[in-house]
Amino acid sequence: MNDATYTRSEMMIAAAARELAGQRVCFVGIGLPNVAVNLALRTVAPELELIYEAGAYGAQPARLPLSIGDPTIVSGALAVMSQADLFGLYLQRGLVDVGFLGAAQIDRFGNINSTVIGDYATPKVRLPGSGGANEIAIHSRQVFVVMRQSARSFVDHIDFCTSPGNARGRRSGPSVVVTDLGVYHFDDDGEMRLDSLHPGATLEDVRAAIGWQVRVSEQLTETPPPSEQELQLMREVLDPEGRYTR
Amino acid sequence: MRLAGRYDEPVSTSKVASMRDAVAALVRDGDSVAIEGFTHLICFAAGHEIIRQRRRDLTLIRMTPDVIYDQMIGAGVARKLVFSWLGNPGVGSLHAIRRLTEGPQPSLELEEYSHFGMVGRYIAGATNLPFYPLRSYEGTDMPTANPRIVPLASPYDGERIYVVPPVNPDVTIVHAQRADAAGNTQVWGLLGAQKEAAFAADRVIVVVEELVDESVIRADPNRTVIPGLIVDAVVVEPYGAHPSYAQGYYDRDNTYYVEWDAIARDPDRLDAWLDDWVHGLAGRAEYMERLGIVARDRIRPTGSAVAGAIDYGEYR
Repeated sequence: MNDATYTRSEMMIAAAARELAGQRVCFVGIGLPNVAVNLALRTVAPELELIYEAGAYGAQPARLPLSIGDPTIVSGALAVMSQADLFGLYLQRGLVDVGFLGAAQIDRFGNINSTVIGDYATPKVRLPGSGGANEIAIHSRQVFVVMRQSARSFVDHIDFCTSPGNARGRRSGPSVVVTDLGVYHFDDDGEMRLDSLHPGATLEDVRAAIGWQVRVSEQLTETPPPSEQELQLMREVLDPEGRYTR
Repeated sequence: MRLAGRYDEPVSTSKVASMRDAVAALVRDGDSVAIEGFTHLICFAAGHEIIRQRRRDLTLIRMTPDVIYDQMIGAGVARKLVFSWLGNPGVGSLHAIRRLTEGPQPSLELEEYSHFGMVGRYIAGATNLPFYPLRSYEGTDMPTANPRIVPLASPYDGERIYVVPPVNPDVTIVHAQRADAAGNTQVWGLLGAQKEAAFAADRVIVVVEELVDESVIRADPNRTVIPGLIVDAVVVEPYGAHPSYAQGYYDRDNTYYVEWDAIARDPDRLDAWLDDWVHGLAGRAEYMERLGIVARDRIRPTGSAVAGAIDYGEYR
């Protein structure tokens, strides 16, 4: 791959990182969010403090961990805490500005399913379940969702609600959804709205990969492509093996 | 070996036992068993010994079942799983567990909470309370899926919260960096829910990288997470957490976690793996020998990060 091109994942991660500008305390999950948060830390949000779900605050990971509980998040952290302290004193206390969530299914209000596909008692696919996602959605001031978009995942009706969305004016759900096609925010009535399309993506692509009549902003813009600096950081520092970016 | 009667023996009595004897004496068919450790200090050695001794009908409790419970459930030791996140961290699914929980006739019973819900259950169990209140669950299907997650009005202002019931495992097993012979146990790095899970349990097995003298524990009492008071057996088992890790001792073996995926997808490969790596071995020492030098090299920390000494002071 030469520097003039980039992958859809690199675009998605760069767009997610930019959304973190000005944020302070971020609750980090594994995978794409971890790369996005560490990119933001080195670009738009140098003041960011990372709380890893495994129990470390002010972590400065020296390598990209495979698992959220890697020893590299402990060495050099500001604090290490038990799960009771993490969820009670940090999250439920309300100290977290931004929490990241992924989803197997999401609906137009940002309700998230990460529990089962099919019926709960006799599921077609048994997914991991909540973990901390339920309380991250409820207690973080803002919730960012980063996930690849498809008609199977952006659905009219989710099979199970693991983490609450923004329906009926309730704003406990996501505030930003970043996919490989574009960036969404939420209107005051709680419904998801497409605000920008990534370069190369079209409204037809979006409509083919979403299970409801998508609401599109009147000021729809094109997401600026990943900068040279963003690409260099992702490729050389944050994910040199391309685990999440290729 | 003295495993029983922790209250009628002198405090200094050694509780040191082999893994085989500790599991034989303290883990019984039908027990509820919690092997805790949030990615860090997961006691695979104890899980393998439970498989080796062919325990049956266990209720396995753990926030993140991880590969160890996939192995144990794949081996048939459990009838029920109590958990909050079911996956192979950074890799994907736990396929042995999925096989028993998907489709029209799931054969493994599940009882499911969020992470904070599981933590709250341990806290309630450990502190002798009838329930633990938390602000999770509102607006989701989790209380419908699990009727033990119950809404409750605050007696002070009527605000609606949710409560979860205590959990009191018959046995909790924790891995740690070091303990003395009485079971006073010190941990550093990620702390998970080991302390709460241990205090909630009827019986506690502590498995350590190193057995140290009581004076080492007394020199740094802030690092003691579990007191010998609640410990029934101390098992000395270096590398007993592999492929999980022990901060400062060895790294997480990510290669193992990645390779488990293909093994667990295929029931025949899983059975062959159990024969090779559990039933065919006497214990952890043989396991580490079989694992070999290549794996031990890849989990060696790349350097040291020694904590500065602190002064507790002397007061006579």
